[in-house]
Amino acid sequence: MAWDRNQMAARAAQELQDGWYVNLGIGIPTLVSNYIPEGVEVTLQSENGMLGMGPFPIAGEEDADLINAGKQTITELPQTAYFDSAQSFAMIRGGKIAMAILGAMEVAENGDLANWMIPGKLVKGMGGAMDLVAGVGRVVVVMDHANKHGQSKVLKECTLPLTGKGVVDRIITNLGVLDVVEGGLKIVECAEGVSEAELRAATEATIVN
Amino acid sequence: MKKVYANATEALEGVLSDGMFIASGGFGLCGIPELLLDAIKDSGVKDLTFASNNAGVDDFGIGILLQTKQVKKMISSYVGENAEFMRQYLSGELELEFNPQGTLAERMRAGGAGIPGFFTKTGVGTVIAEGKLEKQFPTGPDGAMEDYIMEEGIFADLAIVKAWKADETGNLVFRKTARNFNAPAATCGKICIAEVEEIVPTGSLDPDAIHLPGIYVHRIIQGDHEKRIEQRTVREA
Repeated sequence: MAWDRNQMAARAAQELQDGWYVNLGIGIPTLVSNYIPEGVEVTLQSENGMLGMGPFPIAGEEDADLINAGKQTITELPQTAYFDSAQSFAMIRGGKIAMAILGAMEVAENGDLANWMIPGKLVKGMGGAMDLVAGVGRVVVVMDHANKHGQSKVLKECTLPLTGKGVVDRIITNLGVLDVVEGGLKIVECAEGVSEAELRAATEATIVN
Repeated sequence: MKKVYANATEALEGVLSDGMFIASGGFGLCGIPELLLDAIKDSGVKDLTFASNNAGVDDFGIGILLQTKQVKKMISSYVGENAEFMRQYLSGELELEFNPQGTLAERMRAGGAGIPGFFTKTGVGTVIAEGKLEKQFPTGPDGAMEDYIMEEGIFADLAIVKAWKADETGNLVFRKTARNFNAPAATCGKICIAEVEEIVPTGSLDPDAIHLPGIYVHRIIQGDHEKRIEQRTVREA
């Protein structure tokens, strides 16, 4: 037993606080918007130049001038504001975005994050990921605990080229929640049906508690 | 001074030369200067360097200039949607400089504002920092020193952008997320050409609602835009 994609997204949504401006990455992080807790108002930023991102449009109402950072058609909300890319990253770099929830290929116990390139494979580019992890107040990674070969993605050191150095604050995986602290990772909670021993055994990184 | 030209070909007259450096607006296929890119293709100008967040797709956007091998180098943050791009890059025909997206936007903004370099945390400790000047500033908690790298402003020969509306003096209004890189790109070219969906009489735009003042814009054309959607995504009604 462990969390599925939707349960991971629901757990990540518990990180959100009322009034926050947040940026959600592509993949499981996008699902987080389906689980925003009752009474918590957050404003979603899309780094291509929008605050107050709404849901996908209904068929026939797509607008070529209104897309998210994944290039998908979206809609606006009553509180929406548009701006250019320089201002978008000014608010990211300037620390105005409280939190980013991102996917990852690897995370290390010192908070290093790798999520943009695999040497020898097709490199598509980092997009806005390096700016986000360097600039936002808090970085939460949501990913599977192991890769498809069953190896831990929560490592002592990243093996892939970094997106940011010492940038991750919290890791949410299918097996549980871990915080980056002095000396390694601290278990915050285990996923439903996962024992602490199982979580430790599945983790290559140093666990300090 | 007359800024309005009849079409993209006329607006580009006397501006293009082999080996020039062009900054382009657009994010994905949203808000790209599609008419000017078509005309640049038809001109046959070559060895171009483009600063543009993306490289279009095979048959739209900058992708059409890759098909004709008119591009020597791309400065971009993400190039994932273009097969011909990847083929030329992997065979060594095309140079590629990855810039983090915010760094690319700020490099354009800085260049347009006369700022040759700036310091950012983005890319510290990554391959992006290699060969760049590093400096510490007391921006951490309680004045703790933090690492920064220097990035350079972009000073392009030509900027090409797409806006929604212009008046005859070049004041521009963008629409929704099609603004993206168009505003910073417009500022960093020695000459900026804007293509718009509608040129309106001077005086009919609200001066308080101009997104980019006409001082940055030297030539304007109006035309029909395809405005292709890259990822059409809908929900149940």
